[in-house]
Amino acid sequence: MSLYPEQSTLKPKDNPSRGTVIRQALAAAFPYTIPIFAGFWFLGITYGIYMNVSGFSFWYPMLMALVIFAGSVEFITVNMLLNPFNPLQALAMALMINARHLFYGISMLDRYKNAGWKKFYLIFGMCDESFSINYSVKIPEGIDRFWFMFFVTLLNHLYWVSGATLGGLLGSVITFSTEGLSFAMTALLVVIFLEQWLKDSVHISELLGLGISLLCLIIFGADGFIIPSMLLLLALLTLLRRRMEYPADTDCTTGEAA
Amino acid sequence: MTLTQQIITILMVAIGTMLTRFLPFLIFPAGKPTPPYIRFLGKALPGAVFGMLVIYCLKDVSIFSGNHAIPELIAIAVTTALHLWRRQMLLSIAGGTICYMLLMQLAF
Repeated sequence: MSLYPEQSTLKPKDNPSRGTVIRQALAAAFPYTIPIFAGFWFLGITYGIYMNVSGFSFWYPMLMALVIFAGSVEFITVNMLLNPFNPLQALAMALMINARHLFYGISMLDRYKNAGWKKFYLIFGMCDESFSINYSVKIPEGIDRFWFMFFVTLLNHLYWVSGATLGGLLGSVITFSTEGLSFAMTALLVVIFLEQWLKDSVHISELLGLGISLLCLIIFGADGFIIPSMLLLLALLTLLRRRMEYPADTDCTTGEAA
Repeated sequence: MTLTQQIITILMVAIGTMLTRFLPFLIFPAGKPTPPYIRFLGKALPGAVFGMLVIYCLKDVSIFSGNHAIPELIAIAVTTALHLWRRQMLLSIAGGTICYMLLMQLAF
């Protein structure tokens, strides 16, 4: 069951034109993407500069930002492009670093349902930030939720591509006086985490997410903690399934567990 | 690496990334009922995932050296306090970020 039942069919009484629906969705989506703009421009420009000083023209960061659209893996790809050709390693690395997206997809199965042609793009552009906003934001009444989620994804994508391109063009010419700006991304996730906390009546999931990830970070280090964290979280949530009740969806507790 | 090899490398990374995003939707298509266990995961995972992403954002901060994560912890406390007080997303994020930038540029 979706958290926003029937919202897609909720439209103002006077049956606005398609253009109005689209414009309203864009206007509603934009404010939520402002912190992403700060974070993505900072990181994107840094990434573009990194590619520039590694000897690549701006086409590389621009096109990679466009077709890959996953920050951390793009940084690592730079390194792979400078090393001997190894396509299977490239594939395996992308799968491992981005394995967390599997969790996003599972969480979004319902929410992206019935999105029509937009569904492909919504899934294609489901980076950490787009997922976090599209999952957590309570979309205002009367706003078409698929257009809303589409614009969140599109704006984030544009910020990332433009940032990477700009960095690639300007190279090492820029000097930053913006130290610490990228904290906007951390702050965004802290806020989204808090919202999820306030929404859930049981906090097992949130506490496990923080605790297990921190534990795995200490044990496995920054480059290898995501996969063990995911496996442990999956195992523990499965074990605790009966203790976690989600009133919005009674099937959860009466299904297999009974 | 030749240009072709570069293109293949970039495409492999793109395909790998897209697989992780599309796989759940391919395995559980919209037309068929999703198994209860997967529906449970869809509800239970986000809380854990957001917790994991907070840690992920902080993964390169060292507790044992440098600033001992003090600026990060202060800025997170400010973000949290602002959010619990006013519950306005942009205000909390801007407040926390400005606090962090001031700490990094002036104090640490």
